[in-house]
Amino acid sequence: MTFVSILYGLLFWAATLVLVVGVGRKIYFYATLPVPLKIPTTPAPVTQSGVVWRMFREVVFFQSLFRANKYTWLFAFMFHMALWLVLLRHTRYFMEIGPFLSFIQPFGKYASFVMLIGLAGLLGRRLLVDRVRYISAPSDFLMLALLIAIGLSGMMMTFVSHTDITMVKGFFRGLMTFDFHPLPASPILLVHLLLVAILMFIFPISKLMHAPGVFLSPTRNQVDNPREKRHISAWALELEQQNKTYLDELKQDEVKHG
Amino acid sequence: MADYEVPKLNGEGVIEIPKIKPDAMAGKGPYIAKPDFQKPLHFPTDFAAEEGGGYTLVPDWKEKALAKMDDLRHRYRSLQLYLDICVKCGACTDKCHYYLGTHDPKNMPVARQDLMRKVYRRYFTFAGKHFPKLVGAVDLTEEVIDDWYNYYHQCSQCRRCSVYCPYGIDTAEVSMAAREILDHIGRGSKYNNEIIGKVFKVGNNLGLPQPALADTLEGLEEDVEAATGIKVRFPLDEEGAEVLLVTPSADFFAEPHVDGLMGYAKVFHEAGISWTLSSYASEGANFGMFIGSYENMRRIALRIREAAIKLKVKRIVFGECGHAWRVAYSFLNTLAGPFDFLDPKYPVPQHILEVTWGLMQEGKLTLDKSKNDDKVLTFHDSCNVARGSRMGDKPGGQFEYPRNVIKAVCNHFVDMPADTIHDATYCCGGGGGLLTDDLMELRIKGAQPRMEALKYVTEQQGVTHMAAICAICKSQFTKVIPYYGFKMEQIVSVHQLVSNALVLTRQVSVQARPDEDDDDEDDGDDDA
Ligand code: HEM
Ligand code: HEM
Ligand code: SF4
Ligand code: SF4
Repeated sequence: MTFVSILYGLLFWAATLVLVVGVGRKIYFYATLPVPLKIPTTPAPVTQSGVVWRMFREVVFFQSLFRANKYTWLFAFMFHMALWLVLLRHTRYFMEIGPFLSFIQPFGKYASFVMLIGLAGLLGRRLLVDRVRYISAPSDFLMLALLIAIGLSGMMMTFVSHTDITMVKGFFRGLMTFDFHPLPASPILLVHLLLVAILMFIFPISKLMHAPGVFLSPTRNQVDNPREKRHISAWALELEQQNKTYLDELKQDEVKHG
Repeated sequence: MADYEVPKLNGEGVIEIPKIKPDAMAGKGPYIAKPDFQKPLHFPTDFAAEEGGGYTLVPDWKEKALAKMDDLRHRYRSLQLYLDICVKCGACTDKCHYYLGTHDPKNMPVARQDLMRKVYRRYFTFAGKHFPKLVGAVDLTEEVIDDWYNYYHQCSQCRRCSVYCPYGIDTAEVSMAAREILDHIGRGSKYNNEIIGKVFKVGNNLGLPQPALADTLEGLEEDVEAATGIKVRFPLDEEGAEVLLVTPSADFFAEPHVDGLMGYAKVFHEAGISWTLSSYASEGANFGMFIGSYENMRRIALRIREAAIKLKVKRIVFGECGHAWRVAYSFLNTLAGPFDFLDPKYPVPQHILEVTWGLMQEGKLTLDKSKNDDKVLTFHDSCNVARGSRMGDKPGGQFEYPRNVIKAVCNHFVDMPADTIHDATYCCGGGGGLLTDDLMELRIKGAQPRMEALKYVTEQQGVTHMAAICAICKSQFTKVIPYYGFKMEQIVSVHQLVSNALVLTRQVSVQARPDEDDDDEDDGDDDA
């Protein structure tokens, strides 16, 4: 049992806590914020199942992005879809895998190239297109750099200098049962894991919240039925019930958000 | 025509994506509303004119601005979420007509959002508080406020950006919030707020009082009678009518709006539907939306409810107006509902095109298409109708209804290039509270994408006229297209085309006055 293993054990506990609690709290925060008006971007579905289908097309095919810009769409699609394959392949460090996960192992392996090409394309666009460069803050470049570094370090292990996968699995399964097992002493693995931990830490406080956020976006998740069904938020109802015009005229003790 | 630098059209129908030209539209923004204009809207008035011609901000403006931002992000999920989740992918950067026309990078939708996002991050996020440079967060300074005022008044809230954003981030939501914040620190826009004041006082944006309105409508009755020989009524404040028509006040005399109003009147007449205008709610357009003020928007909308109750109508129908129809279709039920006192057979509210197309389908209107044979038509989808509302019961009905009606009354119709119609339509360049002369340069440049498309169909397909269903589009185009070498007469109302083609077979209006001498003026002077 090395010092490094314990350090990484603690690191990943903390990172997991931050990721799960942080993202969970943010989602709860967004989901409970009022949406006072019907603002779906029309034409919009007129039924709830229509909304599910619209959201599916957005999340799986990036439909709006496809309409907007074919290059961005291509790179974004390559990156995200490959990312999912890579992450699916990673389940083998945390659990026994069944036939499906075994089947996709090789796909996940080579998806890493697709992922990196996608990321490189996005980075190139950010550097080369004057409009996109204009809107980029250092953090936008760093985010891409971080993902590229995670990808490269992972690929180093897969294709160049192998690490002991069984030990890695032992370590992470150990963490899940609050039991410390050693990590292989591989510098590349440590770099890979450190970067992943950083990604987990910043997830809830960065633009990565776009992943859960898209599901909560009123322009995409609202049903287009304002004439059929009255939509009203709690604070607006308060105005109505107290028969007031302006919010600061409401009796203060009765004002509540939401 | 005053001198402006007018963009050159390339004739290809679709505008090229320009290189960014920072500060191309730097400036002071539209005229600032003085305290007198802020007062009726319940906004702070503790600011004053300055020596140089400007205005001070209210005391403690910074704290107040931040407090308002905090308040709004807790009342609008859209604002909070959109400030957080933009990934800066850049998909929206070339979608705004104001960017395409002005080349100013702050008119790229995401950059427009960033004006507020940078401040939001600085004061309300972990990263922005501790590592401002890293995430591009900035302090709230007077220069930032000036930038907000300028660039949030270069957004027509047309929502084109939200169509292309992978998360549907709607810059209009951010612009509205920004204007609401600005209104709370002494930076309201004169154009919008003066107009809203007029609605509260008189009932419409033009400040047209009841007697003047009655006069105008009587004049229109005479005009139609002179042209057709039939007494088509334009009723005002007639209790017990079936339909309350709410239409933008520009319809009462601006060209070509008023020709559209004549069209609505003829349709009602011919179908035997009794209807009335209300002097109390004589405005379709609700400028409360432009300034992002739910409270003022609701206050305006409630006038319609009150008028409907007072006049004991069964249905509410809206005339041709883009933003009005968004507020009506999407918000009216929320703001002023429930409308359980109206006839449940009809949606509340209805668009005049839903009425007209419905009657056409039932075969209740006799039409002579050849009356419009001197024209080759194209149709400009108004931004807020296209992306913020619907007609009929199927998604996309807002594109079909106007085209169906035009095709029913005209023999020659062609569409503009696909990237410029339906939900990809470009704003006319004057929407969202920017239809003021002090923003003329912006309006001319913002119209460029639409002008490219119009020029293309003019040259390739012989289009002579462009029909619109929005008071702002009509006013903006008639004013701006001469700069691009078109004539203002080329802009027409859809119901103007209907009016031309409709054959009146009903000799006597269902609302005919019992006796013509009984010219008893309505003296119920509505106090606002
Ligand atoms: C529901 C899941 C997700 C959806 C629907 C989604 C969708 C998108 C879309 C449409 C874009 C814009 C196009 C682009 O710039 O690539 C984007 C950008 C991005 N996504 Fe996701 N994403 C999801 C999950 C994730 C996850 C889990 C990560 C991170 C590990 C991630 C990282 C990124 C990054 C870094 C960008 C910005 C790329 C750039 O700088 O151009 N996404 N995402
Ligand atoms: C706790 C989380 C993670 C662990 C324990 C982990 C561990 C590993 C290991 C041991 C390898 C080498 C596989 C081999 O030698 O065959 C690897 C590869 C890789 N990792 Fe990770 N990783 C984690 C998270 C991530 C994340 C979040 C990403 C992407 C954002 C990522 C991207 C990659 C890539 C692209 C490869 C190379 C392709 C492959 O073998 O799948 N890893 N990772
Ligand atoms: S709403 Fe319209 S005007 Fe405003 S930024 Fe988006 S595209 Fe431009
Ligand atoms: S398209 Fe949406 S996510 Fe992409 S930069 Fe624009 S606002 Fe941000």
